[in-house]
Amino acid sequence: MAIVTSKVAGHAPGQPRGGVVQMARDSWVVARRNLRRMTRIPEIVVFGLMQPVMFVLLFSYVMGGAIKVPGGGYREFLMAGIFTQTVAFAVEGASAGIADDMTKGLVDRFRSLPMARSAVLAGRTLADVVQSAFILLVLAMVALLVGWRVHQGILKALSAFLLLLLLGYAFSWIGALIGLSLRSPEAATSAGLIWLFPLTFLSNAFVPVNTMPGWLQAIAYWNPFSATVQACRKLFGNPGVDGAHAWPMQHPVAASTLWSLLILALFSWLSVRKYRNAVG
Amino acid sequence: MGAAIRAEGLMKSFGDIRALDGVDLAVPEGAVLGLLGPNGAGKSTAVRVLTTLLRPDAGSAQIAGVDVLRHPNRVRSLIGLCGQYAAVDEYLTGRENLQMVGELYQMRARDAKTRARELLEWFDLAEAADRPAKTYSGGMRRRLDLAAALVAQPPVIFLDEPTTGLDPRTRLALWELIETLAAEGTTLLLTTQYLEEADRLAHDIAVVDHGRVIARGSADDLKARIGGERVEVVVHERELIGAAVAVLTPYGEGRAGVEQHTRRITVPVSGGARVLADVIRELDRRNILIDDIGLRRPTLDDVFLSLTGHAAEETDPGKDA
Repeated sequence: MAIVTSKVAGHAPGQPRGGVVQMARDSWVVARRNLRRMTRIPEIVVFGLMQPVMFVLLFSYVMGGAIKVPGGGYREFLMAGIFTQTVAFAVEGASAGIADDMTKGLVDRFRSLPMARSAVLAGRTLADVVQSAFILLVLAMVALLVGWRVHQGILKALSAFLLLLLLGYAFSWIGALIGLSLRSPEAATSAGLIWLFPLTFLSNAFVPVNTMPGWLQAIAYWNPFSATVQACRKLFGNPGVDGAHAWPMQHPVAASTLWSLLILALFSWLSVRKYRNAVG
Repeated sequence: MGAAIRAEGLMKSFGDIRALDGVDLAVPEGAVLGLLGPNGAGKSTAVRVLTTLLRPDAGSAQIAGVDVLRHPNRVRSLIGLCGQYAAVDEYLTGRENLQMVGELYQMRARDAKTRARELLEWFDLAEAADRPAKTYSGGMRRRLDLAAALVAQPPVIFLDEPTTGLDPRTRLALWELIETLAAEGTTLLLTTQYLEEADRLAHDIAVVDHGRVIARGSADDLKARIGGERVEVVVHERELIGAAVAVLTPYGEGRAGVEQHTRRITVPVSGGARVLADVIRELDRRNILIDDIGLRRPTLDDVFLSLTGHAAEETDPGKDA
């Protein structure tokens, strides 16, 4: 038997069909690869969980007492913020993962294959969404244990989680661009994280915005992050829904969706363009 | 027609560095071309252009008649890439890696599975097939990498420094695999820093330096151009160098080269072992104490010395572009 000639008949090396079907299939093949990796490196998921759980406990029991929230307890107020922060941290997974694939030469392998150009990144971000969903599930259970409740029914709660996952998906495309741009996994990890802290803290996630100075309030109200947090609080029926007149605060579900779609469109375009031209 | 790989006037610069400075290549179907050159000569850049990973600044290239720049995706289904710049996922098993690559070559899932099994057996990886690749030895990883390049039975395969960093035994095993591939009629383009490797595997060799092909021909042609063997002597103390050069010069086909700090004298000879024996006798007769002596076959350094006047290591030590 020869190495080159195979028993597998009927495929001259498959002509790439192109189009959406091939894109979906290729993305799924790459997503499955990334999901397999996650099950083989459980540390990543475990550490991904530890941080939000730690935040829940620290904020609830250490700082929570000092922060007053109109209309309810701080723990219930806090959870929407923690959930949103957690999905935003998908940025880090994507940036480190893509940078790792670049340095290990896997991206070159993929780029030499007749596969859809967007599939490596789409496969990565899809796997990130699955991971975020899993982390949210565990985190929600921890939240229930410390006293968080939903008050508007399960459907609204589920739609809040969908909004969260959409935001997370959009953010992991930011991570993809960072990963493609920096390449060293260590640098990409830091670069994926560093701007998230100001972004999440300059929002309604952890404190009511009306406690901030005026100019900061404007930033906080228009922060994409705040729209999602506000939408979640509303859909969960949690305290702290901000009555401000800023449009995103008045229409948080629409604002959150629009922000996510905008980020998604912009960064998937930038990332795929960068991927095509990536020079090693 | 007939050329499986053709490149004309490839140019590529990275900032001030000219990685490719007008490279022309033609590899007939079923032939093996060795691109021989030191680090930074432009070998890998050439491979990256031919495998659609990099757009050249100028020039054109075709694989099996398909234009690399105009139809990159069609080219991708005709090629396999292995080596420095292609890799396997270390957290996936060998089997999963090959199946994934097969599916991304647009094979049906079932075919990809069958093909993966075939290749794992062929490359002696069947036992390790369901272990993550990170548990593999260096040699096993290279074999898996090579197998990945073969998944879709591509007619043209690029091997970028396939044995760099491998121990001699593993290198030998990989050479045998590559020879089998060549014997089966696959067109191969192989880059290497080792003359010995190009000599053994390639029908034709193109010597690359500073982004240009500076010589091409069979291994024998090149060797004829750079002369055959050399006698190399290391004398015991520096004071003896002059005397030893005097002994060696009459036997030499050219001037003796001297490296003062290593007390090493090298002179090209013809006549092989007989000359060596004469030299040893003569040195002994004159009481010139030596630490080492031997017949040396030409190396990449010799090729470079004779073709470019500089040693391979002295070339631009920049990144291997």
